[in-house]
Amino acid sequence: MAAVSGLVRRPLREVSGLLKRRFHWTAPTALQVTVRDAINQGMDEELERDEKVFLLGEEVAQYDGAYKVSRGLWKKYGDKRIIDTPISEMGFAGIAVGAAMAGLRPICEFMTFNFSMQAIDQVINSAAKTYYMSGGLQPVPIVFRGPNGASAGVAAQHSQCFAAWYGHCPGLKVVSPWNSEDAKGLIKSAIRDNNPVVVLENELMYGVPFEFPPEAQSKDFLIPIGKAKIERQGTHITVVSHSRPVGHCLEAAAVLSKEGVECEVINMRTIRPMDMETIEASVMKTNHLVTVEGGWPQFGVGAEICARIMEGPAFNFLDAPAVRVTGADVPMPYAKILEDNSIPQVKDIIFAIKKTLNI
Amino acid sequence: MAVAIAAARVWRPNRGLSQAALLLLWRPGARGLARSHPHRQQQQFSSLDDKPQFPGASAEFIDKLEFIQPNVISGIPIYRVMDRQGQIINPSEDPHLPKEKVLKLYKSMTLLNTMDRILYESQRQGRISFYMTNYGEEGTHVGSAAALDNTDLVFGQYREAGVLMYRDYPLELFMAQCYGNISDLGKGRQMPVHYGCKERHFVTISSPLATQIPQAVGAAYAAKRANANRVVICYFGEGAASEGDAHAGFNFAATLECPIIFFCRNNGYAISTPTSEQYRGDGIAARGPGYGIMSIRVDGNDVFAVYNATREARRRAVAENQPFLIEAMTYRIGHHSTSDDSSAYRSVDEVNYWDKQDHPISRLRHYLLSQGWWDEEQEKAWRKQSRKKVRAPRPGGRRQGPAWEAGCLPTAPCPHR
Repeated sequence: MAAVSGLVRRPLREVSGLLKRRFHWTAPTALQVTVRDAINQGMDEELERDEKVFLLGEEVAQYDGAYKVSRGLWKKYGDKRIIDTPISEMGFAGIAVGAAMAGLRPICEFMTFNFSMQAIDQVINSAAKTYYMSGGLQPVPIVFRGPNGASAGVAAQHSQCFAAWYGHCPGLKVVSPWNSEDAKGLIKSAIRDNNPVVVLENELMYGVPFEFPPEAQSKDFLIPIGKAKIERQGTHITVVSHSRPVGHCLEAAAVLSKEGVECEVINMRTIRPMDMETIEASVMKTNHLVTVEGGWPQFGVGAEICARIMEGPAFNFLDAPAVRVTGADVPMPYAKILEDNSIPQVKDIIFAIKKTLNI
Repeated sequence: MAVAIAAARVWRPNRGLSQAALLLLWRPGARGLARSHPHRQQQQFSSLDDKPQFPGASAEFIDKLEFIQPNVISGIPIYRVMDRQGQIINPSEDPHLPKEKVLKLYKSMTLLNTMDRILYESQRQGRISFYMTNYGEEGTHVGSAAALDNTDLVFGQYREAGVLMYRDYPLELFMAQCYGNISDLGKGRQMPVHYGCKERHFVTISSPLATQIPQAVGAAYAAKRANANRVVICYFGEGAASEGDAHAGFNFAATLECPIIFFCRNNGYAISTPTSEQYRGDGIAARGPGYGIMSIRVDGNDVFAVYNATREARRRAVAENQPFLIEAMTYRIGHHSTSDDSSAYRSVDEVNYWDKQDHPISRLRHYLLSQGWWDEEQEKAWRKQSRKKVRAPRPGGRRQGPAWEAGCLPTAPCPHR
């Protein structure tokens, strides 16, 4: 994985215009890029584009990042743009917020979002609320990023999903990429956005390669914040999800397709502001809804979607109550068998879909 | 007393305020016993008197503009009892521990070392998902554990397994916690090395750094209120001391006058971050006096030095209800964890130096040999025996544990703190 970087290969058609005219050329083999490399690319391009952008966090510089997401960036940009900090989340989040207020565009990396709790006052009370509290005078163009949610065998204090916590707060934008395309487009949009943006990545997705469409290879490839994507068209039921569970939903949809059930799978991409239009349009088409998330059920992303469905036009199109598939309502245990049963699996999604459809 | 004097003599700002600084440090008997704290004494206000009346500091005026220079070139000196060859340097500092106790110190350290090797290999073989070794820091664990009472409460960070080992925590339970199997008292809820034991007064390890520091202070406060004749010891690394919680903990321990020993393992690295990037002052020991805390720096690879300092700190913390800060200088010989490869940021030569020339286990072994309490035969036999002990199959052991296939491991390095 380390050796073959997506940055090296280029599509054939860029090689020579002459070639294009003379020969019949076949489409290039699809470019495969891991989520890690996509985020790396996105940050690299933004660091190059705007010298006010810089990255700070623990182990981000010479160590290439705790999860190697910032690999090569310190070598390329040096100490002024890629900064290793002492161990104090509250400290470096505060410093990043101050830098943003003073006109820089920091990317503040938390080793995992679990540790952002030690800095949450800086994220909420300082970053999120300042633009409003100042009557629009003081923007805070900061990006908080890092892995979120369950990993593998890291237990309670390393596995919490913060989508609902950050999604709750006005003043923040919160995005949750699933695949490489999402990761690159969203991190670039986040960096260019003048608001504080929380980017909830996923450690288990970092090493997963996805096909990178040609438009995603552009240096100006942006995914708009606040727009969901329909990953799979369907007619019988709408399945809404974000981050890693999107992959599980697609697997479930593939299984159910063999039984004649066509699921429409929506990848939220953004938690806040939530793209209710896409979800409502889909529910009005399929009449059924299942939400899937890795986080806890109470006050979660699924709960918010269900509440909004009831408040909007799509409610009258529901043929059955919406069902939420979530992580188990316990601090994440460590033992593998317990952990496996604490996160939504493909079989749980299939079960929920069948229950909703009454089959 | 020698300890307090050494600290006072060294940590004196270069000029000017030395009198007042000494005053703050030379508080030994007065603080805990008398209710009168200098800041609480009623000051007689007199406008005729040209002395400072500020409530915030007890100091003299100075009419020359000078900044206090942080003293990092020649910092707080490092207390040691043995040299690198295990010979006592100053006989009056020899704790004269009985043979059984010294053997227990040695066997705890070596057994821990053996267990570390086997469990590290277990992670590499996919039997457990994660492990953190204690290589090079065994001296800090057993030296301090031996100086405490068995009922003294321990708050650790994650690299203090030797304290539990010294307190005779069964090997089965160490292994069961790492494997998360049927015998695990934690019922598979916690990641490996997150040990906890109520009977041995070892508070369960928690991952977020430095959160244990204010908690330890609170526990010490409770012990003081209960007149429990009990001290709380709080371990943390030099990296965790950068967290905000550490500042809050130190300050509260001093203002609330709690019987607590802050034990900092300064091992040179926080994952890959060297101390030169972690702080710019004279380590952690120099911060203590800033909070009004009695402080000392010791050679963490010298078990007797650690023992002496902890022993004296314990005695006085309980007698005088005040906190103590011990900064044990040591070196992290192993990687941060199984998710780390330290060759990425430090040279093999550096690691080898500490492994071969200045290791707590070798230094104590030299001492044992020179006392005639140990020999090569016993060493060989003990090595065999400890490997057997660690490897012994037991009910509910590895064979009933979960199987960690390589595919289930995180796809990227995940250094956990």
